[in-house]
Amino acid sequence: MTDPVSPLARSDDQRVLTGWGRTAPSVAEVRQPATVEDLIDIIATAGPRGVLARGLGRSYGDAAQSGGATVVDLAHFTSLHLDPEAGTVTAGAGVSLDSILRVLVPAGFFVPVTPGTRMVTVGGAVAADVHGKNHHVEGTFGSHVSAMTLVDGTGQVRTLTPEGTPDEFWATVGGMGLTGVMTEATFDLIPLTSSLVSVDTDRTSDLDDVMSRMLEGDDAYRYSVAWIDSVHRTHRGVLTRGDHAPVDALSVKQRANPLAYSAKAKATVPAIFPSGLVNALTMRAFTEAWFRKSPTSRHGELQSIPAFFHPLDVALEWNRGYGPAGFLQYQFAVPDSAGHVVGTTLKQLSRIGALSPVTVLKRFGATNPAPLSFPQPGWTLAIDVPAGVEGLAQVLDSLDELVLSEGGRLYLAKDSRMSPAMMAASYPRLSEWQRVRDAMDPQGVFTSDLARRLSL
Amino acid sequence: MMDALGEPQSVLVLGGSSEIATATVLALPRARLRRVVLAGRASSGLDEAAATLTAAAVPGVVTLDFDATQTASHADIIDGIFADGDVDIVLLAFGILGDQAQAEADPSLAVTMATTNYTGAVSAGLHVARRLRLQGHGTLVVMSSVAGDRARRSNFVYGSTKAGLDAFAQGLGDALHGSGARVLVVRPGFVRTRMTSGLPEAPMTIDPQDVAAIIVSALRKGRETVYAPGPLRLVMAGLKSVPRPVFRRLPI
Repeated sequence: MTDPVSPLARSDDQRVLTGWGRTAPSVAEVRQPATVEDLIDIIATAGPRGVLARGLGRSYGDAAQSGGATVVDLAHFTSLHLDPEAGTVTAGAGVSLDSILRVLVPAGFFVPVTPGTRMVTVGGAVAADVHGKNHHVEGTFGSHVSAMTLVDGTGQVRTLTPEGTPDEFWATVGGMGLTGVMTEATFDLIPLTSSLVSVDTDRTSDLDDVMSRMLEGDDAYRYSVAWIDSVHRTHRGVLTRGDHAPVDALSVKQRANPLAYSAKAKATVPAIFPSGLVNALTMRAFTEAWFRKSPTSRHGELQSIPAFFHPLDVALEWNRGYGPAGFLQYQFAVPDSAGHVVGTTLKQLSRIGALSPVTVLKRFGATNPAPLSFPQPGWTLAIDVPAGVEGLAQVLDSLDELVLSEGGRLYLAKDSRMSPAMMAASYPRLSEWQRVRDAMDPQGVFTSDLARRLSL
Repeated sequence: MMDALGEPQSVLVLGGSSEIATATVLALPRARLRRVVLAGRASSGLDEAAATLTAAAVPGVVTLDFDATQTASHADIIDGIFADGDVDIVLLAFGILGDQAQAEADPSLAVTMATTNYTGAVSAGLHVARRLRLQGHGTLVVMSSVAGDRARRSNFVYGSTKAGLDAFAQGLGDALHGSGARVLVVRPGFVRTRMTSGLPEAPMTIDPQDVAAIIVSALRKGRETVYAPGPLRLVMAGLKSVPRPVFRRLPI
């Protein structure tokens, strides 16, 4: 006789999962398949709550969590094969850009696109179709992928390419992990002759100043991004633009080891803060210091890759600084004709006291063929907001309406609160994507809290 | 799914005619709400609750036949509701007050009170807990009562059913700890409702809307136990320490 198993009993593999914003937790069983066969078995034996792959949990909302599901952590899928002749790399879906850069940079290569953190996996970069400071000229991460391997909802291992299987390939790029579990991807690299970046820094006096400078000058730069002081009355900021420095721009000393690369986190924000580090006082101090530390104008400064691309990665778990209520990031893209939405958003959020230390403005270039890819030509603003602010839900809903009416949309990797109606209206190719997804996953094995919340 | 700002998408009320439950649904943020299931015995009270919510523009209100005392039917009914989609908040709000003197005279009435308030809640609560555990998120709100904190001469049959329910709900909350599902135990004092109409009002009497506001705030803060009104916590702590020879003489 066996003891009855309680339906309320916990299993050892259960984990509370949230996104980077630490809001809306759900519990799932986390498994780490060792091989593709293990992964196929997990998909074939999936329970009614389905399966979802999770990388390093840097999406802000509920994209990489799925209550009651089997969440697959591809920590064992970390192969890395560099083809220096072709200038490509084939990487396991569980490899982080952090690990890749440690191998690639000393070998004279850089990833085609990096978001503001290198703590993302290749799988996550494809699923969210991430963008970086070079979007206005070089597009998203997915645009540089030439092939990927994926296990679909029927347990079949498939190789997807933009030429051979365009529908499935582009449904997976930006598909938030809902078309299958990617195990590996091959993507093009940027050749480097040095590991330093030549950076032009300019303080900007207000929004008009920064936006006109970006409109006029961004095309001359590979990388460009502006930090906006959302606390300051005029929304002053710091515009940083640059490109990889050629080796002959380096000092004699630097030329001795031009591809040296070191990326270290310097501090961890402690786990428990009574009311969060982020409050009106610390915010003003932070933004003031950030603005002051930047030169009024300095051109041709050589910076390291971590300093230029990943300034927030110096503090591990900085997301804890917002305290127990967590935070969210509101990121929209709007066409050039709707640049005014940037100012309106900053005003509306500061009106309710939603203060943000991290506010980033960037220009987007052309879209790619992926139906759910976020970037579209024009402006994108990303602004962090503590989740506990009174009246935030209403203000963001009204901003959603404004973004939608201007032909814009929100980034799924950041979203944690938009409505299903906003999703469907702002991504008009959603139903086209759903048809491809349904064919790749006829039983609906792949799902997430985000997918349920937005009826994807 | 509950979103990052605590906006629920779906609510289930067991005991759909409950005025406190209706007030709670009205007090919840509703910008993302798309399904409200009022489960209860077919009655004018149930229809009235649905009409009230719909008139207040609460979206997706439906009623469903559910009888707390028919425990054999609970599995199918609750499984059916969850099969149609995740439920973010379940309000377990059924219960009967009964008359103490009548129950003393006719123990079958006392049995009905116990069957509804305790046995029915144990059955429904376990079925809901199983489904919340499976979906990995969600909160079960259990309407207990201060009457369960200490049995009083004037209503100990009702009080004992709530004492049992309260103990059950606390244990269930502990069983679900770490599962993503949570239990919120609500202990109201005297609330002005149909159930209490005609009874003399006790001190600290409140309206269903007041209880609703306390529940919504407790949900946002992730609390495990709340009194309504809040200061009743202190009153009950005091009463619980009163020696029995004194307590039984108190005019409460």
